[in-house]
Amino acid sequence: MFKNILIGQYFPSKSPIHRLDARIKIIMMMAYIILVFNADKPVSLIMIAVYTLTIVIVSNIPLKLILKGFIPVIWIFIFTSIVNIFSVSGETLLSFKLFRWTLKITKEGILKSVFINTRLLLLLTGTSLLTLTTQPLMLTDGIEQLLKPLRKIKVPVHEIAMMMTIAIRFIPTLAEEAEKIKNAQLARGADFESGNIIKRAKSMLPLLVPLFISAFRRADELSTAMEARCYNGGENRTRMKQMHITLYDISAIIVFAVCSLFLLISEFVIEF
Amino acid sequence: MIETKNLSYSYHSEDEENEAVKEEVLKELNLKIKKGSFTAILGSNGSGKSTLAKHFNAILLPSGGFVYVKGMNTHEQKYLFDIRSNVGMVFQNPDNQMVTAIVEDEIAFAPENLGVKPQEIRNRVDECLKIVGMQEYAGSFTANLSGGQKLRIAIASVLAMEPECIVLDEPTSMLDPKGRAEVLDTIKMLNRAKGITVVLITHYMEEAVMADRTIVIDNGKIVIDGVPAEVFKNVELLKKLKLDVPQVTELAYELKKLGFEISDGIIDVDECFRELVKLLGDVK
Amino acid sequence: MIRIENLSYVYQPGMPGEYRALSDINLVIPNGSLTAVIGHTGSGKSTLMQQLNGLLQPTSGKIFIDDEDITSKSADIAKIRRKVGLVFQYPEHQLFEETVYQDIAFGPKNMGLSDEEIERRVIYAASLTGIDKKYFEKSPFELSGGQKRRAAIAGILAMEPSVLVMDEPTAGLDPGGRDDILNIIKNLHKKQKEMIIIFVSHSMEEVAETAENIVVMHDGRIDMSGTAADIFRKRGRLLQIGLDIPQITKLADKLRNGGYNLPEEIYTVKAAVEAITKLSRSLPLQAEDII
Repeated sequence: MFKNILIGQYFPSKSPIHRLDARIKIIMMMAYIILVFNADKPVSLIMIAVYTLTIVIVSNIPLKLILKGFIPVIWIFIFTSIVNIFSVSGETLLSFKLFRWTLKITKEGILKSVFINTRLLLLLTGTSLLTLTTQPLMLTDGIEQLLKPLRKIKVPVHEIAMMMTIAIRFIPTLAEEAEKIKNAQLARGADFESGNIIKRAKSMLPLLVPLFISAFRRADELSTAMEARCYNGGENRTRMKQMHITLYDISAIIVFAVCSLFLLISEFVIEF
Repeated sequence: MIETKNLSYSYHSEDEENEAVKEEVLKELNLKIKKGSFTAILGSNGSGKSTLAKHFNAILLPSGGFVYVKGMNTHEQKYLFDIRSNVGMVFQNPDNQMVTAIVEDEIAFAPENLGVKPQEIRNRVDECLKIVGMQEYAGSFTANLSGGQKLRIAIASVLAMEPECIVLDEPTSMLDPKGRAEVLDTIKMLNRAKGITVVLITHYMEEAVMADRTIVIDNGKIVIDGVPAEVFKNVELLKKLKLDVPQVTELAYELKKLGFEISDGIIDVDECFRELVKLLGDVK
Repeated sequence: MIRIENLSYVYQPGMPGEYRALSDINLVIPNGSLTAVIGHTGSGKSTLMQQLNGLLQPTSGKIFIDDEDITSKSADIAKIRRKVGLVFQYPEHQLFEETVYQDIAFGPKNMGLSDEEIERRVIYAASLTGIDKKYFEKSPFELSGGQKRRAAIAGILAMEPSVLVMDEPTAGLDPGGRDDILNIIKNLHKKQKEMIIIFVSHSMEEVAETAENIVVMHDGRIDMSGTAADIFRKRGRLLQIGLDIPQITKLADKLRNGGYNLPEEIYTVKAAVEAITKLSRSLPLQAEDII
C-alpha cells in the first residue's frame, strides 16, 4: 500500500530530460503548474497533455510506471467526479430518484469533472516527472540554490534542503518498516479495517506508535553518524557535483518558452 | 594514535522515585592504541564498549580524565574536525547511517563537509568505491543494496575523509553470514594492505580472533587485554561475562578439565588439530 | 500437524518486478516438534513463514494445519492467526503499549477474552519468557534489548498458539541474549508437549545445538530436510550451497581424514569431548610408547 507513491521517486536514465540542470527543471515545473491552472479551455488542456506526453516519451520513463502512480490517488479522482457530476447545474441528461432526493446528471457536470480530473492528472504527472528525472541530491541542491536569496531574510535554506535530502532517503526505509509493523500487528490479531472513525483511528495506534519510535531512533543514530563525518551545517561546504547552466539548458528554456507562448496564443485564438 | 587517561564517563538519569542517580558507564579507563594496529574490543551489552568507542572521535567527551587522538585533546573544540576526520566511525545499523539516496553522493558527504574541492572529492569517491570493491554501484540507490553492501558503503564513506584510524561499532551484528564475511574481509584488508588502524567493537569471538590485540571490557573497566590466544585462555571468565568462545577453544578447555594435556588459548581449527594429534598420537 | 503440499509463491505476478520466491514446497511437520529453517537471505525462508499464518497467500498449492486447509477461500483468517503465532524479525519493534503488561495483553485482548483469562495468559506467557512481574507496570521501552525481545515473544505466546513460528529470533543479540532466547525455545519445547515450534536461523552452531529437525532452503526450494544428524551428514551439500557447518564438525572431519576413528555425527562440543575421550582410551598412550 505504500509502494506505489510516485512523487519522490527517481528513475535513472540518460535521457535529454535527465541531463537538464535541476534548477531549470524546477523553474519549468513552476511555470507548468501555472499553465495547467490557467488553462480554462479544452484546447489548452489537450495541448498541455500532448506536451506532457512528449516529455514522458523523451524522458524514457515507462508509461506503465506513471499509470501505476495514479493508483494511490484514484479515490480523489472518483470523489471529485461524483461531486461535480451531481452538483453542477445545467442541461440535464439523466435524472433519477434516490430515496427522497432527485439526482440530476448534467452535461456541464460531466464536462467539469473531466476537466478537473485532467488537470489533476497533468499536475501529478508533471510533478512526478521532475522527481523521476532528477537525481534526489541534484533536486535538493537545485532548490537550495534557487532559494539562496531568502538567506538574507534568515530563512534556513541549507537546512531545508538537507531535510529534504534525508526525507527522500528515508521514504523507502520507512515505507518498508510500516509494512512490517502492520504485518506484525496483524499477526497479533490487530484489526485496522472495521469500526467507526474513532475506533479506526484508535486501531492505528499499534502501527503509528512503533513507527514514530523507530523514526526517532533512526533520527538519533543518523545525526550521530552525520556528526562523526564532520557535518557542521552549510558553512564552507563544497559539492562534488557542480551545477552548470549550459547552452543545452538555455535551448531547452527557449523551446519551453516557445511552446508556452504557442499555447497561450491558441487559447486566445481558438474558440473551443 | 589514540590514548585514554583515567577516562570516566557517567550520565545522570532518574530512578523509580524520580530521584537523580549517577550511572557510571566507564571507570578510570587507561588505554593506548598503536598506529597501524588491529584491536578488538569485546564486551556484552551494557559493558560500556560502545560508549568507549564514541570517545575516540569526540562524539562523547569524558566526564573525567582525557582522551588524546594523535596528541590532540578531545576536550579542545579547535581540534574537533581534525579528530573526527582522523578517526572515522562506522556504526551498527546499515540503514541509519546513510544520509543520501545514491551511493556516490553518500561517499561524497564527508569530504563535502570538510570543504574539499569538487574534483578532489570525485577522485576520493572513485578511489573509496574501488577499495571496498563496489565501483559498479556508484549510481545505485542505497535502498536497493544488501545489508553487507550498505555497510561497505558506510565504510567507504568514512574512508573518504582519509582517516588514519577507523572505529567500527558492532558493524556485523545485523548482517547475515555472507554480509558479515564481506565486511570482515574489507576490514582486514584495510588494516593489512592500507595500514589503517582498526578498532573493532564486537561481541563475536570469531571476529576478535582476527585482531592482533583483544581487549575485554566489563562494567566500564578493562578486564583482559592481550593477544587473542592469551585472552581466550580465560574461558571461565569469558563465559561468566556472557561472552562466547570459539567451539575449538571450548573443546580444548573441556578436555583439559578432564585431565588431558592440551595447551589452552587455542583459537582455530588447524591449531586445535595439531594439539589433538599430539595428544592422541599418530595413527599408522 | 502442518502439511504443505506443492506450494509455490510468485511475487507481483504479471508485474515488472515478478519473481518466484517459493517453488514446489512439500513438507510435513508433526505436532510437538522443534524445527529450524536455514538458508541464505533471499532463499525464501521468511516468505514461507508468512504463508503459515495467512499473511501471504500461496500462488498455488495448499497448507493444512490439523487437516484444515488454511489456504482455501472459506478459511477463517482470524482463527488461523490465533492458532499460528508468528514472531517477526526484531519483534521488539512492534511494542507500543504504555506498559509491558498491556503490550503482552494486546493479542489476547484482540481475541475478545475475559479480563481474568487475559491476566492468566499474560502471567503465564511472562513466566515462559522470564519476564519478571516487577516489569509489568514499566514502559516496554525502558527494558533492555534482550528483555524487549522476550516481552515481544511473550505477546505472541499469550495468544496460546498451537504453532509458534519465529523469524530469526536471535538476530542482533549479544551471546547472553541469544542464549536466553534459545533456552526459552528449548524450554517451550519441553513444556508444551503438543506445540509445533519452527524457527529461522543463520547460525549452524545455534541450529545444531537447539533443533531436532532441520529444513534447508535454497533458491526458493527445500534443498533437504531431516534430523540434525541427517543434514550434517550431507555437509558436502551444505558447503556447496554456501552454508557453513559448525567449527567443531570441521575439526572432527579433519581428524577423521587424518585417520582417527571418530563418529561422523559430531556437531556439538559435548559430542566432540565424548568422542575424543573415548578415542583416547582405545588408543595406546603415546607417552608409554616412547618410554
